[in-house]
Amino acid sequence: MDFAFSEEQEQLRGFAREFLADRYDDVRLAELADSETGVDAEVWPKLAELGWLDAELTFLDQAVLLEETGHRPLAAPYFSTTVLAAPALDDETAEQVADGRLTATLAWAEPGMRQGLLDPAGASVSDGRLTGQKVLVPDGAAVDLFVVTAADGLYAVNASDAVVTAHGGLDGTRRLASVRFEGAPARPLVTGEAAAALLGRIRDRAYAAVALEAVGVAQRALDLLVAYAKEREQFGKPIGVYQAVSHKASDVYVRLQEARSLAYWAAWCVAEDDPMARQACLAAKAHAGEAAVFACENAIQGHGGIGFTWEHVLHRYYKRAQWLAAFDGPARDQRAEVAAFLLD
Amino acid sequence: MDFRDTPEEAAFRAELRSWLQENAPQRAVEGGRGDFEALRAWGGRLYDAGYVGITWPEEYGGRGLSPTYQAIYLEEASRADAPNHPGVIGLNMAGPTIIAWGTDEQKQRYLKPLLSGEEIWCQGFSEPGSGSDLAAGRTSAVLDGDHWVVNGQKVWSSYAHKADWCILVVRTDPDAPKHAGLSYLIVDMHAPGVTVRPLRQITGDPEFNEIFFDDVRVPRESILGRPGDGWKVAMTTLLHERGTLGFALSAELERMVNHLVDLVREEGPDGRRPADDPLIRDAVAREWIEMQSLRFTNYRALTTLLETGIPGPEGSGVKLAWSEANQRLTSLAQSVYGLHAQVTGEDAPWNGFWQYWQLRSRGNTIEAGTSEILRNIIAERVLGLPKGR
Repeated sequence: MDFAFSEEQEQLRGFAREFLADRYDDVRLAELADSETGVDAEVWPKLAELGWLDAELTFLDQAVLLEETGHRPLAAPYFSTTVLAAPALDDETAEQVADGRLTATLAWAEPGMRQGLLDPAGASVSDGRLTGQKVLVPDGAAVDLFVVTAADGLYAVNASDAVVTAHGGLDGTRRLASVRFEGAPARPLVTGEAAAALLGRIRDRAYAAVALEAVGVAQRALDLLVAYAKEREQFGKPIGVYQAVSHKASDVYVRLQEARSLAYWAAWCVAEDDPMARQACLAAKAHAGEAAVFACENAIQGHGGIGFTWEHVLHRYYKRAQWLAAFDGPARDQRAEVAAFLLD
Repeated sequence: MDFRDTPEEAAFRAELRSWLQENAPQRAVEGGRGDFEALRAWGGRLYDAGYVGITWPEEYGGRGLSPTYQAIYLEEASRADAPNHPGVIGLNMAGPTIIAWGTDEQKQRYLKPLLSGEEIWCQGFSEPGSGSDLAAGRTSAVLDGDHWVVNGQKVWSSYAHKADWCILVVRTDPDAPKHAGLSYLIVDMHAPGVTVRPLRQITGDPEFNEIFFDDVRVPRESILGRPGDGWKVAMTTLLHERGTLGFALSAELERMVNHLVDLVREEGPDGRRPADDPLIRDAVAREWIEMQSLRFTNYRALTTLLETGIPGPEGSGVKLAWSEANQRLTSLAQSVYGLHAQVTGEDAPWNGFWQYWQLRSRGNTIEAGTSEILRNIIAERVLGLPKGR
């Protein structure tokens, strides 16, 4: 039993933290979130240089990066490309991703039907052309390629062959889009039962990734709360001496540590293809998503009025936390699946 | 990172599992009401088989193994629903403190009978006027020739009515500042002047006690550390209590989650199956997730302990989170039966199991450091917030 990242992984974390803190201080994050696209257009080639797009990265390597991109949100379709889309790509497109030449995302949800990652898709392909309507596509207006779920499998469609409607987003650096395919040229990636199995693995991986990002978000919210409680004085003392404030911070700390433990467990299960992967990922996503929201809400409360302003960075994290908690359904959806394992 | 057992750990686990299957008695349904002598015999069998003091040095009757093996023991014992060793205060508090502070004579004298369950220990820390504020204790010890003469009263002392020995925090210097005037004695519970009066808990059971000391004579050498070291020695005890209990707690929660799953899958008194109710399904899943989060938090703290010799700070929240989870879980179980859960005696559902544990769980956020004190400790020592006192 060994529950620690390797020295190399900790080194990777250190570099990532430094890179993200340098590039995205709170002012820059706000600028990007409020910009027209919500994307840092210059960062992608740098990610390739840093090795973040290497095909050789294990999911445990990637886990440390995802935790850090929660701690300092990265305004680029990194989650969409490497977590949601990459597992489905063929060799050619995978190579383009690794070189930093291609970004991608997964388009699965359709209007008017159940929208979970594992629910059936209505989009259809005939003669190599895909027709259908997709909604809630993460980073849908910021990528070059869509991996699209269709009735009989997964297909790759170039963004230039689709009609993309960008939406504004509460989380300005991870927006959603609607995408219409009107007989768009589509290359088959995986079909039949293999496609369903692959989507299951993509979902596990996405849940683990969401949990890891949520841990980073919760950690930053706690960092901000603790720093403020030490420096802000009222009634002649730093507010951190008052238990009404300090106990909130302690509760956030405990929930955060629980979430981190589950997120690392889930990441390891994904990396090792462990038989408990499904349950671990459900548990991690449900718990960590809620923990991140809890952390942000307590941090906002602990900051008083300033924490409630647009100017303060906290609401950026709060909105990311809400995005993560809502991903593929709220925690109660994941708990319903956990309950099925336990009770049925 | 690797969550699998090493070959040695897997072998230990397999051997333990089959040993428990053959040897573990049925665990008493109601915790406080078990047959103590049967438990003591169980403690002896565990010791003979090498499953007590797994991490203790071999020279004191332990096995000198890493804490990973203790974690495996706790997980497997809970999965087998095996009773706990009756000497919990000795194993978790007195023993580690004696190993850290005791003289060679003290270690030789006390540790082996403690491990085997032949001698039971209790703890005399809290007083009527000093609970969380341990250093405000007033029970006194005055030197008279070769003996300390102890007078005062302690309270909330589990197992005192069965105990042979007591680890006792006393004031030996009334003029010194509050923390510096304390000393840490080992007191014979059979000595003249020691009176134990059981206190009934809200469960109805006398699980803990008041202890009165009336001119009790304690040999001068029955002290851990030097006179005035009492606070430091007591911190060793409490640190150990909070540091090693994590796996016992998550293992206990796993046992309770398993019972909860059994409960809700049964048909209830109104003919319905609680497991068909989506709200109950959500709540059960929540506690399973909580249990896993505490298990893996323990593993993280343990990894840090193995690497650095000090448990990781993340473990500091485990007792806090466990106590609240156990309260939610047992209340949920009681709610499943509605008003039926009020019926006691022979007609009580589940033979009174959930009644007992729901009421008992209210003590979980008070004993071994109240949740308020634990939140202070996390705020001050882990997060570095300024001290409120």
